[in-house]
Amino acid sequence: MDATLLPSEFADLEPFAATWCLATERERYAARLASTMDEMQALYDATMPRAEAAMTYLDQIPLDELSADQVHLLHLLYSMVMVSFPIECWGQPRVPDSGAAYLDLVVEPGP
Amino acid sequence: MPRWPKPPEGSWTEHFDLGTEPMNYDDSISQEFFELEREAVFKRAWLNVGRVEQLPRTGSYFTKELAVAKTSIVVVKGKDGEVRAFYNMCRHRGNKLVWNDYPKEETSGTTRQFVCKYHAWRYDLDGACSFVQQEQEFFDLDKADYGLVPVHCDVWAGFIFVNLAKEPEQSLRDFLGPMVTKMENYPFEKLTERYFYRATVKSNWKLYMDAFQEFYHAPILHAKQSPPEWSSAAAKAGFEAPAYKVDGPHRLVSTAGVHPWNLAEDMTKPVDRVTRSGLFGPWDAPELDFDPKDAGINPAGCDPWGLDSFQLWPNFVILVWGQNWYLTYHYWPVAPDEHVFEGTLYFVPAKNARERVAHENAAVTFKEFGLQDANTLEATQTMLESRVIERFPLMDQEVLVRHMHKVARDWVDEYKKKQDVEV
Repeated sequence: MDATLLPSEFADLEPFAATWCLATERERYAARLASTMDEMQALYDATMPRAEAAMTYLDQIPLDELSADQVHLLHLLYSMVMVSFPIECWGQPRVPDSGAAYLDLVVEPGP
Repeated sequence: MPRWPKPPEGSWTEHFDLGTEPMNYDDSISQEFFELEREAVFKRAWLNVGRVEQLPRTGSYFTKELAVAKTSIVVVKGKDGEVRAFYNMCRHRGNKLVWNDYPKEETSGTTRQFVCKYHAWRYDLDGACSFVQQEQEFFDLDKADYGLVPVHCDVWAGFIFVNLAKEPEQSLRDFLGPMVTKMENYPFEKLTERYFYRATVKSNWKLYMDAFQEFYHAPILHAKQSPPEWSSAAAKAGFEAPAYKVDGPHRLVSTAGVHPWNLAEDMTKPVDRVTRSGLFGPWDAPELDFDPKDAGINPAGCDPWGLDSFQLWPNFVILVWGQNWYLTYHYWPVAPDEHVFEGTLYFVPAKNARERVAHENAAVTFKEFGLQDANTLEATQTMLESRVIERFPLMDQEVLVRHMHKVARDWVDEYKKKQDVEV
């Protein structure tokens, strides 16, 4: 039996969990650049309508007491945010005209 | 008709007496000017290297690479709670004292003492040399003569500054002046959730300062970040700042804001509505309990108010947002056509997932904008270097660009004059 990554209440998002429950911005940004627009559109379409429910669910628990599957759900919301610019603005994974420019997030808050 | 009143002289540029003629950017492409800046600017001005929250405990330290001064420093919290800075160099054979794996990469941590990797000389947190390996074999060596070399270090409003001059010409407080020091009434200490971004940018450090000290470019360069309805309205309106201020080498631009939650749906991005956050920060601002007037913030009394961007000479920006968060920029010169850019976002720590997601959307949005700006600069740098054009017009909303380049030239000229007198 496969182990699930997300709380059972969000089993509908499980197909995206293995790819997009990523702990750091660096991983999420790399996943964005490595993804097709169709892949990101699927994540976006699945998570956007569920985001309010996910935040309401997570808000019942203090941020530093979230269990592993709850943290995964939070990370999935971060990935939703990460793909939002390609979907809503750019029509491509990269920032237009950004060429070789990079901006690394060296320190980020948890969880 | 201007939306905001201009000073009696008719323009901000004339109000600050900066001249209205086209500008030359030789100061951003010349190797000679860059070499002068090392001495005239970066070894004379107070430089911000971090905040006190980065040193939470006795023995907490971080290193800072200062390529422009060809040196590295270590900043440490002593047993007495004092923050001190030292050149990051062992007194024995000159090895870099504190580093991990890669000597040129910055590091941080907590320690009881510093131990050189080369011959294990040890230094206390106050810089005193406490141990010399095989001391008896040295010749007339007194450890008291071999402490770490101190760097002038002072703290204002939790911001740690250093000064690389042998004797600073001004105290930190005098250097910052009243416009900046008034901001100490802002509750910086409450905003400790930190995102720290870094990039190497292939442009002169001053050109990136320029990009963030005028908002004339904002409706154009960043048009696609917003829904078309918003972008076309913004471009049509153009940009006008309600207030600019100048105090010595430092400057300030203030902007009016919007309340995105009051806008029509087609004026905001869907993810911004879902996360209640975006470029201007979280829509639900945390309580901060301070009076902007006491802190010299929002000088035009805008409601809604957008942001105040304080440009601290030479390379440090504190940008305070109306939605009760702030960010800082640092621009560390490496070469005439290269600098290290650092952007740090500070929020009141999130208490729950909803607040944390709102911070995440503000941070991601910041990066999308930053990447566009950074690449535009490389495009500017390479063409300036062609020297095909040497005179460039600046409009009144670019007044701070004019001011900063004047300050840079003034500091270099003043330094050259002093050198001539001494020679």
